[in-house]
Amino acid sequence: MTMTEREQLRYIAAQAADARVNLELETEGMTLNIGPQHPATHGTLRVLVKLDGEQVVAAEPIMGYMHRGYEKLSEMRTYPQVTTLINRIDWLGSFANEVPFILAAEKLMDVEAPPRAQHIRTILFELARIANVVLFLGDMAVQVGAITPVFFAFRDREHILNMIESATGGRFHPNFDRIGGIKDDLPKGWIEETRGALKRIEAFCDEMETLVLGNEIFQTRTRGIGVIPSDVALQYGMSGANLRATGVDWDLRRDAPCGLVYDKVDWKVWTHPDGDSFARYWVRLQETREACKILDQLLGTIPAGPIMAKVPRIIKVPAGEAYVETENPLGAMGYYIVSKGELVPFRLKIRSASFSNISVTPWLLRGVYLPDVITILASLYFILGDIDR
Amino acid sequence: MTTDERVDTTRAAVFDALTSELELAGSHLALGDDLWIRVSRDAWVDTFKHLRDKHGCKWFDFLSAIDWMPSPFGRSMDSEVDTIVHGKDSKEPDAMATGVAGGETRFQLLARVYNVVEHWGVTVKADLPDDDLSIATLIPVFAGANWHEREAMEMFGIEFVGHPNPRKLYLPGAFEGFPLRKDFPLLARMVKPWPGIVDVEQMPGETEEEAEAGTEGGDAA
Repeated sequence: MTMTEREQLRYIAAQAADARVNLELETEGMTLNIGPQHPATHGTLRVLVKLDGEQVVAAEPIMGYMHRGYEKLSEMRTYPQVTTLINRIDWLGSFANEVPFILAAEKLMDVEAPPRAQHIRTILFELARIANVVLFLGDMAVQVGAITPVFFAFRDREHILNMIESATGGRFHPNFDRIGGIKDDLPKGWIEETRGALKRIEAFCDEMETLVLGNEIFQTRTRGIGVIPSDVALQYGMSGANLRATGVDWDLRRDAPCGLVYDKVDWKVWTHPDGDSFARYWVRLQETREACKILDQLLGTIPAGPIMAKVPRIIKVPAGEAYVETENPLGAMGYYIVSKGELVPFRLKIRSASFSNISVTPWLLRGVYLPDVITILASLYFILGDIDR
Repeated sequence: MTTDERVDTTRAAVFDALTSELELAGSHLALGDDLWIRVSRDAWVDTFKHLRDKHGCKWFDFLSAIDWMPSPFGRSMDSEVDTIVHGKDSKEPDAMATGVAGGETRFQLLARVYNVVEHWGVTVKADLPDDDLSIATLIPVFAGANWHEREAMEMFGIEFVGHPNPRKLYLPGAFEGFPLRKDFPLLARMVKPWPGIVDVEQMPGETEEEAEAGTEGGDAA
């Protein structure tokens, strides 16, 4: 097919017009600063993106706006005091932060919590997961322009927070886990009330399935966007739902329950083969449902007995090293404790999930369109306290 | 055979394999718990390549370092008052002791990889001589080591040779010193005494007096 002269001229004119626009807007080599105060960054993550038109050429997250130095501070605090600090790492599912630390200390001390304490620990662990992930399920919709789901999320999370509060005394920072057991027994009538709260969460999940997952706009904005292959996810140390959304069937709750009673429950690990933003949302939605299922079984089978093992009043942890990792709401979280037999840890390395999950962003954001940066960051779901520690 | 037993069998087999395949400076196997190996600084990258390719440890867990020097500020809190405020600690600092799988130098690098199919992990350590705190970067083997190395760089002052972006991760660019080294003081402790030294809490089924009088091993059954 040959071009007529008229078509050729039109083509050249269009090219010239495009070039002029590019020249006027200076789109090439533009650097855009997202954050540190941006609604999509859940805190103070700053992302520096270099743009070519609307496409990202390079993205670099800049952290440290909330670095509190917990690893240093922990070297000055006794073991029971450390749990107060580490509550503030992932502040939406605080109880889950305490569990791996306490388990690691228990491992060094060779103490095992009584069955009832382990059971209640697992229940609160799952409640923390729901409180954390429910907010994601609503918030993700905000990033694609739907406001309503986040109000539903806050409304229904409140019931879970109420249950955490009535059991532990703290809505966000329970500080409830102790070396050798838990602080208190459950209050009267708590089990029935929790079942009621879980019904609301199950209803919320159904609502989100139709409202968000079934939404055409949501699907267009998330399907095939931010695809992470499983080998990349593994070598960047991604974990939790982000990793399971790439098809890796690995969940520490099932594969290494160490001290939690997941082996007494009938449940399923959900994976999704796609690895895109949609898959990450889908996996988290299924996991919230699964958490309700786990809780429903656990609430009916709490064994009787003491809630504390015999431990010394003043806790000195024997010399040694221990590493315990659990499947927290955001992914695998671990504490590497080095003890020299003193009142304080000699060194505490905190392995937090969001740090590794977000470290994939320079690789992932290259070449995506600017509006997708926001949805991808939201779908990776990080908590700033979990990155900066 | 339970899951734990199956993992333990694999762990023991891997331990034997690693002992024969690699030149280990030290190793430790705790069944039902974990696996540690210590390699020389030069074998650091090759060890991870070996673990990834031969033993399926594809998941990069974390990388960090330990400063084994006892703190010169007497930070253990078994004294009644904070020693920083009331003069130097009277007792001698402990001899430099190193932990699992041994160690010879003050700074020790450690990193952990995990096999997500067979569900076991291994912590690899390497000693760094005091006069040359440098080691080859792990990024070619595990890209995720990038940020972990930047953190270790700014917190301990370890140099990672070949790192593409050796800048501070958390700290401001002009920050001086390496905060996680033991000889870096926590300034908040220098200016006022720590109110939280005594931390004894009442246990269920115990009166307040008992809790306050409690000492180590008080009523261990």
